[in-house]
Amino acid sequence: MIEGAVWRRWVYFRLPLLLFILVLLFPFYWMLITSFRPDGELYRPWNAVNYNPFWTWKPTLAHVRYLLQETMFLKWLWNTMFIAIVSTVISLICGVFAGYALARLNFRFAGFLGTGIFITYLVPQTLLFIPLSEIIRNYRLGDTPWSLILTYPTFLIPFCTWLMMGYFKAIPKELEECARIDGASRWQAMLYIVVPVAVPGILSAGIFAFTLSWNEFIYALVFLSSPEQKTVPVGVVSELIRGDVFFWGPLMAGALLGSIPVALVYSFFVEHYVSGLTGSVKG
Amino acid sequence: MAQVVLKQINKFYDSVHAVKDVNLTIHDKEFMVFVGPSGCGKTTTLRMVAGLEATSSGNILIGEQIVNDLPPMDRDIAMVFQNYALYPHMSVFDNMAFGLKMRKFDKAEIRQRVKQAADILGIEQLLDRKPRQLSGGQRQRVALGRAIVRNPQVFLFDEPLSNLDAKLRVQMRVELKKLHDRLGTTAIYVTHDQVEAMTLGDRVVVMRDGWVQQVGEPLELYNSPANKFVAGFIGSPAMNFCNVTVQDEAGELWLQNSGMRLRVPDGSAARLRSHVGREVTLGMRPEDLRVANSADPAGCCFDAVVEVVEQLGSEILLDVSVGNATMVAAVDPSLRTKVDEKLRLAVNPDRLHFFDVETEAAI
Repeated sequence: MIEGAVWRRWVYFRLPLLLFILVLLFPFYWMLITSFRPDGELYRPWNAVNYNPFWTWKPTLAHVRYLLQETMFLKWLWNTMFIAIVSTVISLICGVFAGYALARLNFRFAGFLGTGIFITYLVPQTLLFIPLSEIIRNYRLGDTPWSLILTYPTFLIPFCTWLMMGYFKAIPKELEECARIDGASRWQAMLYIVVPVAVPGILSAGIFAFTLSWNEFIYALVFLSSPEQKTVPVGVVSELIRGDVFFWGPLMAGALLGSIPVALVYSFFVEHYVSGLTGSVKG
Repeated sequence: MAQVVLKQINKFYDSVHAVKDVNLTIHDKEFMVFVGPSGCGKTTTLRMVAGLEATSSGNILIGEQIVNDLPPMDRDIAMVFQNYALYPHMSVFDNMAFGLKMRKFDKAEIRQRVKQAADILGIEQLLDRKPRQLSGGQRQRVALGRAIVRNPQVFLFDEPLSNLDAKLRVQMRVELKKLHDRLGTTAIYVTHDQVEAMTLGDRVVVMRDGWVQQVGEPLELYNSPANKFVAGFIGSPAMNFCNVTVQDEAGELWLQNSGMRLRVPDGSAARLRSHVGREVTLGMRPEDLRVANSADPAGCCFDAVVEVVEQLGSEILLDVSVGNATMVAAVDPSLRTKVDEKLRLAVNPDRLHFFDVETEAAI
């Protein structure tokens, strides 16, 4: 901590921290307040006398009601949840096996393969969606959740592999050697020893993968067309912005409600997430 | 019958020849210690016996069976690692039971074996704890327990005491010795600490750069080292070495260098005959040097100047300069001396060691 006079503590630590928190949390506050302000206040011009965008004395649930009843928001929430969970599970399974193989098994092209996998992560989605949409069309997966569940792993697996590889490397080799001497096959050693010890890393990879799929926009925009198939990011933007009319109230309510699941996931797993990132494994 | 035989073992890592032509027989119930500096090949040899590394050439036999191609779990061995390698997510009981569970022992048998091992090691009250809740010594005991429950033919130890603090190390050394006396299982122990080698081993193998330097009982290595390396490695403080010229004077052999002139005792004279007129390396252990008194003949005394006085309580270590060489002498703790004082030291003539200057082999 900062020693010395109290003013030091304030100027060098508390004030910057306060500023930081304000800047980060302000968008959420704005979304929250906008969702509950009546239309009258929302569309008041900025140079009007009673212009106050930061508070309302007449909160209303009209926007939330509009969001839940007039749009298919709940269906979108369900779609996004389903797609995010399934693609996370797929990528985690592949990532764990690939990461283990690259970290532990010494085969000829291990280094080359590892680099190759990571480089695929660097190819931007804004480029890949064109050839991918061709493939989706050929397999008639368009406008189904499977078009996303099968394309999200293209960027989720490299990321999970890379994270798991680093985490497995931090686990001492002696643990597995001991398990092998104890009578475990390589498979059993991996299942009973390595994977349980790597759970913090798996959790953090899973959280990251979940967040990436939840927030993904471009593939969802291109591959899904009918409103009942859409995910939250795409649905909220396409249904609540018609032409040049922005339905700000429901829009902000949708954005806020759409970010709650990810916030919940983080808050439950934050300790494991941090330890997974720092890779603290002591045998 | 659990003897371990190593026949012409070699190990290559790409072009590095890590283990060279090791031939050893470790008898049933023997506690064999491999000792040597870092990088000498002792851990590699141990891992080849365990099956964690493949041999480049040669055969390893455990019992009467060639085990080269057997995976570690089929060799009926148990290993204790330097950093214990306890499974962090399992309790102490599960750690010890893991090997038995993998081999499909039934629950009652597992519980009985684990309890028995825990009793021997004094860790019964720790069975429900996780490794992170244990101290270093307790973790080491759990690692030992994990090896004991398996009832293997051979125990393999890879520097198990290196991670413990000095006091605990001494305590665990004694416990290991008692454990070996009680269980009687063949054991191979790797260490870089020559004190552990001397106190624990029934026989000791000294290795250097992949070669076996000498194999023998600890006292044999101490009294009759095969070469200069073994002589300097075993024994603490290390043996003093200096080069001397062998001179023949009227049938008697004398050793001469800038700081001393010593008479070669009749017992060793025959060996040094062929080196007359040439240099040999003379080795004297610090504990064989003492302050001379009037009774000592001139042929086993020499003058020295004190440079450093290290008072240990049980003895004094004197760093002295003899001519242009320095030596260490371990003398009686009641001696009163200070830096720059001139002393006359005497050596036991039967405790002189001689080594060839080029080959470093004992003469």
